[in-house]
Amino acid sequence: MPTETFIEITYLIATVLFILSLKWLSSPTTARHGVWAGEVGMALAIGGTLLYRGIIDYKLVAIGLVLGCIIGVPLGKVQMTAVPQRTALSHAFGALCVTLVGTSEFYLRAPNISPFLMAVLSMEVILGSLTFTGSLMAAGKLQEILPQRPITYKGQNFVNLGMLALAVAIAAILAMHPEQIKLFPAMIIIPLIFGVMLVIPIGGADMPTVISLLNSYAGLSAAAMGFVLNSKLLIVAGALDGSSGFILSVIMSKAMNRSFTNVLFGGFGQIQAAATGVQEQRPVKSATAEEAAAILAAANKVVIVPGYGMAVAQAQHKVRELFDALTKRGVDVTFGIHPVAGRMPGHMNVLLAEADIPYDKLLDMDAVNGDMAQTDVALVIGANDVTNPAARTDASSPIFGMPILDVDKARTVMVIKRSMAAGFAGIDNPLYYLDQTLMLFGDAKNVVGNIVRELSGGDAHH
Amino acid sequence: MLAAFIGFEVIRRVSPLLHTPLMSLTNALDAIAVVGAIILAGEHKSQLAAILGTIAIVAATSNIVGGFLITDRMLRMFKSSGPKRP
Repeated sequence: MPTETFIEITYLIATVLFILSLKWLSSPTTARHGVWAGEVGMALAIGGTLLYRGIIDYKLVAIGLVLGCIIGVPLGKVQMTAVPQRTALSHAFGALCVTLVGTSEFYLRAPNISPFLMAVLSMEVILGSLTFTGSLMAAGKLQEILPQRPITYKGQNFVNLGMLALAVAIAAILAMHPEQIKLFPAMIIIPLIFGVMLVIPIGGADMPTVISLLNSYAGLSAAAMGFVLNSKLLIVAGALDGSSGFILSVIMSKAMNRSFTNVLFGGFGQIQAAATGVQEQRPVKSATAEEAAAILAAANKVVIVPGYGMAVAQAQHKVRELFDALTKRGVDVTFGIHPVAGRMPGHMNVLLAEADIPYDKLLDMDAVNGDMAQTDVALVIGANDVTNPAARTDASSPIFGMPILDVDKARTVMVIKRSMAAGFAGIDNPLYYLDQTLMLFGDAKNVVGNIVRELSGGDAHH
Repeated sequence: MLAAFIGFEVIRRVSPLLHTPLMSLTNALDAIAVVGAIILAGEHKSQLAAILGTIAIVAATSNIVGGFLITDRMLRMFKSSGPKRP
């Protein structure tokens, strides 16, 4: 069998395995098969490529593979709380790879490039380079190397769109006149700056949407690279990545009640600008850990609503202890997870799974809201805007229309919060002033720890 | 187009529970771009292509290794409260 045919077959099998891999990921019971399928497919494709007869310099390839493993292993072993920034970083790496390959291809082939090829190549490097810097910025913000606070200025969208338009214009010129080689660097540098500008105005709570969007861009640029190299395998993998990022972006923007175009055109961070938060001084009721423990112990059904505050305080293991203590007393405990809770899609699920909480107790918004009226206690841990009833009732609120967890419908609401400061969006939360709401002020980890102690202390008295 | 459609159908069925592993897995799969980089570095058609190709291999390989590792670690953590738990 000729080597070319053999390589084609390995690519074909890899393509099938990649699709199966994602199919198996649809359920937690088969998900790990998905990872294996992906690994086998990857190994086949790389092995097949190494047989390619055009390869004369195996030394460079080996150096690249070994260095990649040395960097990759620690990246695969980061703390679960660091997963959002790791993901952003890997989008940056993927985009870097695609951009570099695109750049080399251009210089190898120019000026003999057809308009179609030039168009996809431009798409590859424009998306690749903006994803590279954008993802680095996102990772920096998530790692708190860069300020999390959104940085905005007047005419931001205008400048951003202008830059993007300029890059596209250069791409168009190059497609017509590929001999204009010196224009090419500009087509990389402008999107590199654009990537930075795109993420600068983004604050922490918008991160899930942005990460999904960058994921989608990274996938699309890889698919474009597939067209350039005429590799179906790469087109499929890129399309899978691109569409998964796209779907997640749509889910995220729906969960924040923004139109997808609003998100696409750098409309992030506008909520913050609109919310100059009129802080009212209204009385709130606060409670001690002892009182909270007594109420929780007497409940039949408790819904815990975690948010980014739980991740910051690293409280997931204490939450697990609380879950155990209550479950032992016969209390039905479930978790209500808002799609945008945390800093990336599915962030809370991973943290709670890390703490050994069974996944069938982690419910999504619709499942929890249906039962909220029968819930005795809704315990909000470090979540704010996703529980704000103003989203349902107050048409003037900047988050009006955003789907929320209806914790205010539970008989008692307990909110663990560091202080009365407004949440990320800078919006006052009327939930805190309701009659049935009790505030537990303090660090999430300490407060939950104290409640657990009270609960187990209560056992001793019986 | 077909791939995008299949991808769309398959991914839509992934539960929100697994959105983070989904992202890290698709990321690892996306790093299949490494095959392009290998050919580029291996063919050594120009100095520039060889250098950029090698850096590209490093970037993509770290995504493959890191992506699969962390996805598997995450998925191992997802346990059911079914028969195994008392």
